[in-house]
Amino acid sequence: MSDNSPTSGKQLVTMTVNGEQTEVAIEPRRVLLDVLRHDVGLTGSKKVCEMGDCGACTVHLDGAPVYSCLVLGIECAGKKVDTIEGLAKGNQLDPIQQAFIDHDAFQCGFCTSGQIMSLKALFEDSPKPSDEQIVTAVSGNLCRCGAYQNIVKAAQAVRDEAKPETRNDD
Amino acid sequence: MNTPINNSIAADMGAAMQDNVSEDQSVVSRRGFLLSSAVAAGGLAIGMYLPSRADARPGMANVMQNAGGEGVFAPNAFVRIAPDDTVTVVIKHIEFGQGPYTGLSTIVAEELDASWSQMRADAAPADADTYKNFAFGTQGTGGSTAIANSYEQMRKAGATARAMLVAAAAERWNVAVSDVSVSNGVVSATANTATFGELAADAMRQNPPKKPTLKDPANFKLIGTNLPKLDSRIKTTGKAIYTLDQYPDNVVTAVIEHAPQFGATLKSFDAAEALKQPGVLAVKAVPQGVAVYAENTAAALKAKQSITASWDSNKAETRSSEQIRADFSKAARKPGLVAVSNGNVDQAINDAANIDKGRTLDVEYFHPFLAHAPMETLDAVIQRQGKNVVSWLGSQFPAADQKAIAKVMGVSPKNVTLNTQFAGGSFGRRAQPGAPFAAEAAEVAKAFGGDRPVKLMWTRDNDIRGGWYRPLTVARLRGAVDASGNITAWDETIATQSITQETGMDSGKQLDPKVVEGSKDLPYGIKNHRVTAHQLNTGVPVLWWRSVGHSHNGYHTETFIDQLLEMAGKDPVAGRMALLGDHERHKGVLQRVADMASWSGTHANDGRMRGVAVHKSFDSYVAQIHEVSIGNDGLPKVHKVWCAVDCGVAVNPNVIAAQMEGGIGYGLSAILYNAVTLQAGGKVLESNFDQYRSLRIHEMPAVETSVIKSAKAPTGVGEPGLPPAGPAMANAWRALTGNAVSSLPFTATANASARRKNTTGASS
Ligand code: FES
Ligand code: FES
Repeated sequence: MSDNSPTSGKQLVTMTVNGEQTEVAIEPRRVLLDVLRHDVGLTGSKKVCEMGDCGACTVHLDGAPVYSCLVLGIECAGKKVDTIEGLAKGNQLDPIQQAFIDHDAFQCGFCTSGQIMSLKALFEDSPKPSDEQIVTAVSGNLCRCGAYQNIVKAAQAVRDEAKPETRNDD
Repeated sequence: MNTPINNSIAADMGAAMQDNVSEDQSVVSRRGFLLSSAVAAGGLAIGMYLPSRADARPGMANVMQNAGGEGVFAPNAFVRIAPDDTVTVVIKHIEFGQGPYTGLSTIVAEELDASWSQMRADAAPADADTYKNFAFGTQGTGGSTAIANSYEQMRKAGATARAMLVAAAAERWNVAVSDVSVSNGVVSATANTATFGELAADAMRQNPPKKPTLKDPANFKLIGTNLPKLDSRIKTTGKAIYTLDQYPDNVVTAVIEHAPQFGATLKSFDAAEALKQPGVLAVKAVPQGVAVYAENTAAALKAKQSITASWDSNKAETRSSEQIRADFSKAARKPGLVAVSNGNVDQAINDAANIDKGRTLDVEYFHPFLAHAPMETLDAVIQRQGKNVVSWLGSQFPAADQKAIAKVMGVSPKNVTLNTQFAGGSFGRRAQPGAPFAAEAAEVAKAFGGDRPVKLMWTRDNDIRGGWYRPLTVARLRGAVDASGNITAWDETIATQSITQETGMDSGKQLDPKVVEGSKDLPYGIKNHRVTAHQLNTGVPVLWWRSVGHSHNGYHTETFIDQLLEMAGKDPVAGRMALLGDHERHKGVLQRVADMASWSGTHANDGRMRGVAVHKSFDSYVAQIHEVSIGNDGLPKVHKVWCAVDCGVAVNPNVIAAQMEGGIGYGLSAILYNAVTLQAGGKVLESNFDQYRSLRIHEMPAVETSVIKSAKAPTGVGEPGLPPAGPAMANAWRALTGNAVSSLPFTATANASARRKNTTGASS
């Protein structure tokens, strides 16, 4: 039973999670999503399909959006991981979060973290995206509740707030 | 961090970010909090869950020292007013996105004249009586009943609390009750003012009024306005806690391998390989399959793959969907149990056929099995704590789940604490009368033994292949139009599986009303009208799926009428209108939607066509017009949907619009793409979202919703948006291509190129 102990085969991995140095002892086969949720205690990223089809597990790895169900925890050694929990600065919500509240851009909320993280990556790249860019950015994020229309409205509001004169309603 | 945590919810109006999720609590009992409702919150936020005395432990001293005092005003089982002015509404319905936290709180706040920013919401404990759904007679959420069954109850709960606050103020200031007014959370008389919190302790000593006075709806301030949802902040910051997010200390992760066919049972399994793998704790047989226990998900999933199990399929359903369809189709050739029989349909059809064969129509419809596929798969955490059992799950029928867990664990239901969690969608899947999932989770926990919390998580594969589907249904419709363009006959035979009989709610052979809902009550005035049904058995467990019988009956009735109207030379809107007689609310939504879309027939610009449908379900009336083109994949692309809904008093217009949009997206996903397919031998083909796909954001039409103003009691909105969506789209598609799709989903049969007609421009 010795190789059956929970500590066998683990590697020590250090990553920067939401700006904090975080050390976890993990088996090489474990995916980032589970490490974040189970070991680090950040449960905002959701597990839905575990095959890269739904986007509910989206986090940023060194600034780029990834499906954390498809990334191994050990691949993140020395890297920057940002999750939904790190988005608000203290009491200050990120404008995308605020826009989601203002526009009712969720129902059950299970896809919401992923939607927001996908949009966050978009806005970091291009602060005033076109409607098409917005839709493309979240086209990998499934919402079984169908909150899509308000998600687009929320993203448009963030864009238009950032630069009102570029309003480009359909 | 790794302790079970509960959500409490605050309105998001305060500037300060209140962290309403208390993370420093140990295992806490929702029941404890609620039953000690008269317990003071003192300086605590009321949304925190106070531990019951039984759960008290050293680390809880801080919380406990504030308990047991005076101060929280609890006029009834639904309203808690704390010294800090927060008003917590105890919600008897589970929140999975359909909005009861916000809706029920709105109704209480209205009668209480509270300010929206002081409102909080919290889940009720399992208690079949106190928190029963009047539509069911027991505790439960479903059938789009949350607002409808709670409306009067929540109004009275709010009005009672208000009257007692007013009485307390009158007493304190020595004025007449009639001199006291309440507005925006402030009680005042002459120069005196007090907040709810300041009056809470005194209010508790007042006698509740026998018959609280309710507001005239004309004076509603909050009902009918768009309020920020109460669960907004925690859902956008990743802090909302669902069952999946519960990682209590020392949690064991469990996954399960189910039998490959419905009704097959486990013969034997070999787990030698699995048990050698690191992190694997145990592999056990349970009545539902083989449970694998591990320290984490990766270990559990890997181990599950390396188990070999053999199954006894003697009693299993081994027919394929194709074979079941053939059997149902055969049954549907003859009339079944009679739901409606007016006039003589055979005579009318013969008469029409004798005039001109082209004036009769005979169509067989096929509706496949459908999985609900909510974002969060079924999951539960169950822990034995001495003679008690604590559980966390997204329960739609808490009292039934509590009972099932108690039975399996061998304890009395009162020793089972059930913490209802937020759920990542349901669409009917979590509403299980016989509590099969709660029983499965309990079996899995029991087989592991000991007192570690066991978290059973279904994989997506378990979910799609796990049964409890929308029943496979075949319907045969025959109709006739006479020489002067009147629809003279409608003969509908439905062959399906009864959900109430399947779930044990009804063991009789009588007609199950759910089987014929939306068909039996066809609103169109057709003289010779017959609806009959065959309730057939399969080995596949079935369940209500968003809008239940309306999900199939709405599709075939509204596409069939559209074809008959075309044969009769009538416009789809005007033709329906003429047949609707005194069905004023149907006519109201149909007229509204026609106005919204400036309807002038099916034709639209840019290679698009329009289709319409109107359907009543769950006492709400919805009409939709869909504008459709041929998409690049040869399937319908829906560009725009106009939707009119009459659901009585519109409590939260934003929630109603969201539910309409959700119903449309969910319905279109199913009609266009989805089927659960039993292959030869009975194994399910699909296993994940790659084969059971949903509408994506770029495929979602723009939806414009209009709510009819009404003073009638509110009715459901979670389901009624769905039934008209499929047929309105299909009617547009038929106008566009000539192709009347009767075998679903569209991916199986729609062939745009074959019969393309009338397209004037490129599709986009
Ligand atoms: S869980 Fe990662 S994409 Fe679905
Ligand atoms: S809000 Fe429920 S899945 Fe998107």
